[in-house]
Amino acid sequence: MTTETRKVLLEPLIVNNPIIVQILGICSALAITSKLAPAVIMSIALTAVTACSNAAISAIRHYIPNNIRIIVQMTIIASLVIVVDQVLRAFAPEISKQLSVFVGLIITNCIVLGRAEGFAMKNPVWPSFVDGLGQGLGYSLILIALGATRELTGFGSLWGHAILPLVSDGGWYRPNSLMTLAPSAFFLVAGIIWAVRTWKRDQQEQADYRIQVVHRTETQ
Amino acid sequence: MPRDKERPGFVLMVATLVCVVCALLVSSAVVLLRPVQDRNALLARQRSILEVAGLYQAGQPVDAQFARIEAHLVDLATGAYVEGGDALRFDIARTARDPKASDPVTADADIARIHRRPRQMPVFLVRGDAGLETVILPMHGYGLWSTMYAYVALDGRGERVKGVTFYSHAETPGLGAEIENPRWRASWEGKRLADEDGRVRFDIAKGQPPADAAEFHVDAISGATLTANGVENMVHYWLGEQGYGPLLARLRDGGV
Repeated sequence: MTTETRKVLLEPLIVNNPIIVQILGICSALAITSKLAPAVIMSIALTAVTACSNAAISAIRHYIPNNIRIIVQMTIIASLVIVVDQVLRAFAPEISKQLSVFVGLIITNCIVLGRAEGFAMKNPVWPSFVDGLGQGLGYSLILIALGATRELTGFGSLWGHAILPLVSDGGWYRPNSLMTLAPSAFFLVAGIIWAVRTWKRDQQEQADYRIQVVHRTETQ
Repeated sequence: MPRDKERPGFVLMVATLVCVVCALLVSSAVVLLRPVQDRNALLARQRSILEVAGLYQAGQPVDAQFARIEAHLVDLATGAYVEGGDALRFDIARTARDPKASDPVTADADIARIHRRPRQMPVFLVRGDAGLETVILPMHGYGLWSTMYAYVALDGRGERVKGVTFYSHAETPGLGAEIENPRWRASWEGKRLADEDGRVRFDIAKGQPPADAAEFHVDAISGATLTANGVENMVHYWLGEQGYGPLLARLRDGGV
């Protein structure tokens, strides 16, 4: 693997993470991370779709007419998502039920179309595949972190196995039900963004404008 | 690389080819995986029924365990069995939408808010040495956000609850979805449904019930009042005359 491909693979993990830097794919990151298992399955599904759609689109990129390029990309992405959904229903029916509509919504996940349009249309097949893999892994990293934190604090378990004994089962841990609801993932994502931007200061954005005191109306 | 890929003819050709290839991919995935999916759905249903009857043993093949369960379709109006239906593969939600196989429920009778009631419903029986041991009744009703689908297991005379399980719903995680909580479901066990006059007195509520109502009472889940009300109404509806009333009457006469 050349340094270039390695960069394409590893950069999306932290430096150019799709969730915490590009702020894409937030919807599913909030919705399906209340437990670890669905988060992991969703991560695998999205990584597979992004990698394969990038490779497929890159393979035919010289033949895609400019006028209909988004439609062609969406058709390929949608087909892959349906295939993934069917595979999940066949081999992981329980988890597929928990993920419900969110597997279908991978189609509208901005990460997938963003990489197709932004990378696969301009690069050869192998780097495009690796780029899709990298972006998928960046998404997975955040999803799995959220899923693990939320399941542990919200249910006292990990992957369905009890870790912290619950008060309701005679233990000492009182689960935080806020963590089972979607907004908690939003706070966690915000916390991660804050932490990463404190660590990597170049990610901090300049404010577009500052509120300044122009004149005072109150009397001294 | 094509000379002019913006030509209308070329655009049409690419669009057609992409569609054909994608359609082939999608339809072969659906067709090839359908048998596996159907089998999974059936196994999941058999497992829920075994679990609610208290018979499920993890690690044993589900269909072998299910062999001792007797499945029937019941005509709700008379409580009689219908010959020749496949009770296990009966699709309650689809039947309720089918105007030929269901009836509208009038607003005042529709406490479970199901709008349409299938004319037939599947029931599952477990017989032992002492006769009928368990009757498993599928029930559904509207909670806070969603229609909740449940199996309720009763004893052989249809008097007390032996178990309950909710196999499909979309209530709030952590609050209404706690109807799946095994500890809460266990609190249903042994509860009586109706008094000597046949009046359904089963209730789900907060706090201590009066002493004479304790055997009908299940403690509600904190923060899920509307879901719990929905569950209570569901039980009342399905035990009533519109639901399994005629079947339960046959059961008490020992005719099942």
